[in-house]
Amino acid sequence: MPARSLEAAAPSSSGADRGRRRRAPLLVVLLAGLAALLLAVVLSLAVGAKPLVPAVVLDALAGRGTAEADYVMGLRLPRTAAAVLAGAALAVAGALVQGLTRNPLADPGLLGVNAGAAFAVALGVALLGLSDPWSVLWLALGGACVLSAAVVVVGGVGSASGGSGGGRGGDPLRLVLAGVALGAALSGVTTGLVLSDPDAFDRMRSWNAGSVLGRGWDVLAPAVPFVLAGLVVAAACGRGLDALALGDDLARSQGVRTGRLRLAVVAAVTLLAGAATAVAGPLVFVGLVAPRLARWLVGPHQGRLLVVCLLLGPVLVLLADVLGRVLLPPAEVPVGVVVGVVGAPLLIAVARRSTR
Amino acid sequence: MSAVSGLRRRSRSAVVGAVLAVVVVVLLLVSLGLGQFRLSPVQVLQALAGDGLGHVVVVQWRLPRALAAVVLGFGLAVAGALFQTVTRNPLASPDVVGLAHGAFTGVLVALAAGAGSWVVLTASAVAGGLAVAVAVWLLASGGVVGGLRLVVVGVGVAALLASVNTWLLLQVELDVAMSASAWGAGSLNGVTAVQTAPAAALTTVLVVGALALSRSLRQIDLGDDVAAATGVRVPAVRTAALLLGVLLVCVATAVVGPVAFVALVAPHVARRLARTPHQPLLLSGAAGALLLLVSDVVAQHALPVPLPAGVVTVSLGGAYLVHLVAREVRRR
Repeated sequence: MPARSLEAAAPSSSGADRGRRRRAPLLVVLLAGLAALLLAVVLSLAVGAKPLVPAVVLDALAGRGTAEADYVMGLRLPRTAAAVLAGAALAVAGALVQGLTRNPLADPGLLGVNAGAAFAVALGVALLGLSDPWSVLWLALGGACVLSAAVVVVGGVGSASGGSGGGRGGDPLRLVLAGVALGAALSGVTTGLVLSDPDAFDRMRSWNAGSVLGRGWDVLAPAVPFVLAGLVVAAACGRGLDALALGDDLARSQGVRTGRLRLAVVAAVTLLAGAATAVAGPLVFVGLVAPRLARWLVGPHQGRLLVVCLLLGPVLVLLADVLGRVLLPPAEVPVGVVVGVVGAPLLIAVARRSTR
Repeated sequence: MSAVSGLRRRSRSAVVGAVLAVVVVVLLLVSLGLGQFRLSPVQVLQALAGDGLGHVVVVQWRLPRALAAVVLGFGLAVAGALFQTVTRNPLASPDVVGLAHGAFTGVLVALAAGAGSWVVLTASAVAGGLAVAVAVWLLASGGVVGGLRLVVVGVGVAALLASVNTWLLLQVELDVAMSASAWGAGSLNGVTAVQTAPAAALTTVLVVGALALSRSLRQIDLGDDVAAATGVRVPAVRTAALLLGVLLVCVATAVVGPVAFVALVAPHVARRLARTPHQPLLLSGAAGALLLLVSDVVAQHALPVPLPAGVVTVSLGGAYLVHLVAREVRRR
């Protein structure tokens, strides 16, 4: 019996940054976030190889644009929408995973979403020769869902869902280990597969970079319902996650069914991160940075976190995408690369202020 | 009650350790006989003692590589156990301070600049890894040694470098990118006694240093205040443990490249086998040695296409951890 309780709980970060400084009111944060999002969207529509002044952008949006402006907008609108969709989904997924695992290191990739998507895409590219965006979308989405389901089974999330009889309804550490281990095992196979096929390697190295370039509406539309469903589940889980932050026992005494809650959270993360990865490739770092920023801004309350993440994620991805267009002209730096370069200093700055 | 369970746990650890050691030795003997010039374990023993062609093949060609796998796997796993203990984060490994990413960046930069020799690549890998470790250390300064700040800063720096690496991979020619990726996965190809001997000596010294710290680390596991009350100088012990971990990984990286996953997975495997409350240093080392040795044997002899051992390490280690976690879930 004692050996069972020896699993060290992952360290909680919720206490570390609580009450250390006065925070701006939520309304101010939300208004500022909304303004930043609008600015980022306009920038994303205006900046690029063919710069447009904002007035031309607005004209084109209102249907009064020139033929040239319409052509440029036809390329940049879906791209902007893809960045918003992926950013929002990943940021919310990250907040959910950090709440679920009580581990500040957690990002959506921990549940194996990335590894599953990458494996399916590599298989499709190497064995079936599928590489058009539409096939890649469904391959990635399918791979992400299958691996998440496997993580749930191995990690025992669904077991003891009633929370009675001594079962702990899925230890968060065990869930994370299951995700890391399954993801690693699969990514080893992916690496082996890709290293023995130069053509697949070439395609995978650009998929791995993460990009929203050339994502048309036809690729975007199928991903939208998944993201919306994920957001609905996420919203429903907020209160339960707040209780879970206090520990499993306290959460259960408040009537939270921890096993069922974890299952729902994993489902939401899979839908959100899977759809985002399917659209834009692996940009998981967004799911680590945006929730940390949001937590620093508005504190650990899940409901607020989710709303702020919904704004911060798109801003981060949009700005990274815009920056990628102007960094090394005439080439474009993939958004996934810029996200790392922009997000890491942010993360480090926040860590220096809010952790010891 | 607790004394009894403590005793039982200790004897279980001893049994697990002995079994791991025996398996490693047997596998070592078997692996020395595998290859173009096939030998049975008995013949391997004769070749080790005797002379002639068998002696040359076994002792000069195969032994350095197999021993490197055992020693470096041991060192990597001990480094992982040290990091997980100090940071109190079960997902921490020396990768947390970006060592592997930094080493890979070093190699990519060297390859992009046209360097090709083994010495230059190794030097740039170690330089890259150490530079990143120092940068993370400085950026996380002012916090608790080995605290959450170090971990988050390290994750940030690692992500930054991962982005840079992805971009560099996209810039270079396809064949350069592929060979860089193969190196980045970690491989024991071409390891000879010239590398193994100094690496083994250094690893032994560092592991002994880590063992000297293990009592203090166990006190710290009970809480900083408890440890301080029993006379442990907490920040000094933590700093020393992290430094030892970084150096162990650097030695391994210099010889086999960034085989990152051993450090993360081996302590978890050891802990689950021995059912200890902490990450056991020696058992982790034994598990790491076995993992890297098995991976190298599979990578050399069992696959249709030659792949770097690091690729196999990730798959085998991951799969075994999956098995352990699943079994734990079923048993409850």
